[in-house]
Amino acid sequence: MSVTSHEHEVDAATGTATTGHEWDGIRELNTPLPKWWLYIFYATIVWSLGYWVVYPAIPLASSFTKGVINYSSRAEVTAEVAQLTSARAPMVAQLAKASFDEIQKDTKLLTFARAQGKAAFGDNCAPCHGAGGGGSKAFPNLADDDWLWGTGTLDDIQTTLTHGIRSTDPQTRQGNMPAFGDGVLKPAEISAVADYVRSLTVLDVDKTADLKLGQKIYVENCAACHGEDARGNHDLGSPNLSDQIWLYGSDKATIVEGITKGRGGMMPNWGERLDAGTIKALAVYVRTIGGAR
Amino acid sequence: MSVKQEQAHEIELEAAGVDAPLYASLQKIYPAAVSGRFRKIKWIILVCTLGVYYFLPFIRWDRGPNAPSQAVLIDMDHHRFYFFFIEIWPQEVYYLTGLLILAAVTLFLMNAIAGRVWCGYLCPQTVWTDLFFAVERLIEGDRRERMLKAGQTWTLETFAQSVLKHWAWLMIAWWTGGAWVLYFSDAPTLVYQLATFQGPFVAYTWIAILTFTTYFLAGFMREQVCTYMCPWPRIQAALTDEWALNVTYRYDRGEPRGSLKKNDALRETGAPAGDCIDCHQCVYVCPTGVDIRQGLQIDCIQCGLCIDACDTVMDKLGRPTGLIGYDTDINVKRREIGKTALKPRLIRARTLLYAAVIAIVGGIMIGALATRHDSGLAVIHDRNPLFVRLSDGGIRNAYTLRLSNKLPEDRAFEIRVDGFAPDDVASASGKRADTGWPLFTVGPDQTLEERLFITLSRKALGRGHDHDEDKRDISFRLIDLRSGAQVKVEDHFIQPEGEKR
Repeated sequence: MSVTSHEHEVDAATGTATTGHEWDGIRELNTPLPKWWLYIFYATIVWSLGYWVVYPAIPLASSFTKGVINYSSRAEVTAEVAQLTSARAPMVAQLAKASFDEIQKDTKLLTFARAQGKAAFGDNCAPCHGAGGGGSKAFPNLADDDWLWGTGTLDDIQTTLTHGIRSTDPQTRQGNMPAFGDGVLKPAEISAVADYVRSLTVLDVDKTADLKLGQKIYVENCAACHGEDARGNHDLGSPNLSDQIWLYGSDKATIVEGITKGRGGMMPNWGERLDAGTIKALAVYVRTIGGAR
Repeated sequence: MSVKQEQAHEIELEAAGVDAPLYASLQKIYPAAVSGRFRKIKWIILVCTLGVYYFLPFIRWDRGPNAPSQAVLIDMDHHRFYFFFIEIWPQEVYYLTGLLILAAVTLFLMNAIAGRVWCGYLCPQTVWTDLFFAVERLIEGDRRERMLKAGQTWTLETFAQSVLKHWAWLMIAWWTGGAWVLYFSDAPTLVYQLATFQGPFVAYTWIAILTFTTYFLAGFMREQVCTYMCPWPRIQAALTDEWALNVTYRYDRGEPRGSLKKNDALRETGAPAGDCIDCHQCVYVCPTGVDIRQGLQIDCIQCGLCIDACDTVMDKLGRPTGLIGYDTDINVKRREIGKTALKPRLIRARTLLYAAVIAIVGGIMIGALATRHDSGLAVIHDRNPLFVRLSDGGIRNAYTLRLSNKLPEDRAFEIRVDGFAPDDVASASGKRADTGWPLFTVGPDQTLEERLFITLSRKALGRGHDHDEDKRDISFRLIDLRSGAQVKVEDHFIQPEGEKR
């Protein structure tokens, strides 16, 4: 409880006047604040009024007061981005001109390319391939040692990035896994060939499976693209069926689904959206994810 | 009028029914010149501390061709702090934390021994204000002359003196700001740049800021900084005890005070008479304007100048000195009741504790500095994906490494991973040392970020591990190829659960 008495007393112990305020028997000593302190307080108020004049401050019906220096945080960001772009410009130009060999040999350029590539990867590639390039079902893992298209050289990666896969680009990488279920193979034949493919990579196969029939069907229908030894074909984008890497999954149902309905994922032709330098940077970066070997 | 006097005045006003003012006017203080033991100590400290501050940046220290040759340098552009033979990287900022702890506890220890010895002798505010007082006295004269001039209208002489004083203050302040920026860049180069108006804008800005703060705080705010702005007097009061030495007036000897004549007369009649002749010299020399005879108070920075003033007077009167002197609260109380004073006790639980903390923190810092490596390795396991399945069914983990070379020369390192063969481990660059392990070259005083891949073949999965763990601990060793020095970092290798035989 606060009691204000009009009688200002003097504290006996200290000899100091009190403010006359009392809280539960405790009285406040009056130690006056220096005047300069008060003036600084006034000065801060004046200073704050200055903000109203200098900076955007008061909302109006459809706009706001702009302030005398016409400050805008958006313009500041734009200016900073422009500054950054111009600071990077020489390196960007160098990157656009350089061959992959030159990039690999120039430590500074290589570091720059990796950094640019990492940022561009996050902006453009990560939604499908994952932040670390780990991929997911139907979206290839870029961190493993297997490539569908080409052999993982920087040039191969650049071509894939520029022209895309099954994209609208005239030079796009083109290859198709047809739908064998559309009257080409009967379900029993599809089941047999699926078992045969699984047996190639030592996956568990049903004891009753007709692997002989599966092999026959494989040779007649699949070997053209996937190869007699099932090692795939990098020019056609046909996957290696003899390794442990499965784009869609290794269970029988998934394989049967693939043979029946066909497969054909799409990768955009980034040449349309990104400049050549950025694509080079992406190729360099993707190789560091792990796909080099 | 001191704060106490002003309060007394207020109380009188109150009694007369007038409302006391809410805010106190600034009372200008005109400290008088004084000489003596403590004044001498203060001069020596002033010359030493300012000498170090103004000239330290010019001291050279050879660190070879790839590092700056300035003994003390805070290199913002390259994120380095150089202090003679020590070079601190940003990630080693805990040395700064240790230094701050040491500084704080040293301050506490000083306080436990002799109260506000920091405030009175070492604080930059005190040192610069002292210097500004000296300049003021030199140009405008001592206390009496300055007080007289303050009450008069300008004459040509006083105006010229005032201009000269402020010019001198501004020069000192400008030099203070100028010395500050030299700690952040090569001093001789920057001095040349500044003198030829080619210095960086930020340097001029900081010089301007520090010129202003020095001029304003030491020239105008002075004791107001200590009394109203600084938190230390408040903290100090809570940390002190009755054994700490403080500048103290000996009531038992000084009271009842009175003029020389009056007290001599009293003495002759056998009536009690103190040694204090109420000459106010102790008040006149005080830089914060307090009357030490009122006891310990928050405005008192305990600089000891009143001791010098009083001793001078006592010497003239042929009385023993020490009417004002360093004494403990315990003795103040003992003297009040007629007991003899005790010797100051420096070794007590409080001082021992502070000294122990200083020794421990200092020891840890020296130990850390002495044993720290001139190379460093940080390993970050990829979080996405945690592992990668390879064509042959093997598992690969990827790591981002950051190698640091803290020496001013190119260095080659290899990285070994215990429990793996050299072929299982590869860097993104693919370079290998003669031993077959991945090779890294790091530039002088630089870091290198590189990716590292560790592969476990299908056969090796779970090798030597019977339990069902999907994560095994591995250790990386960064080895300097020339000196063989090693840095070891622990991390882990992750594989899908249940992939063991």
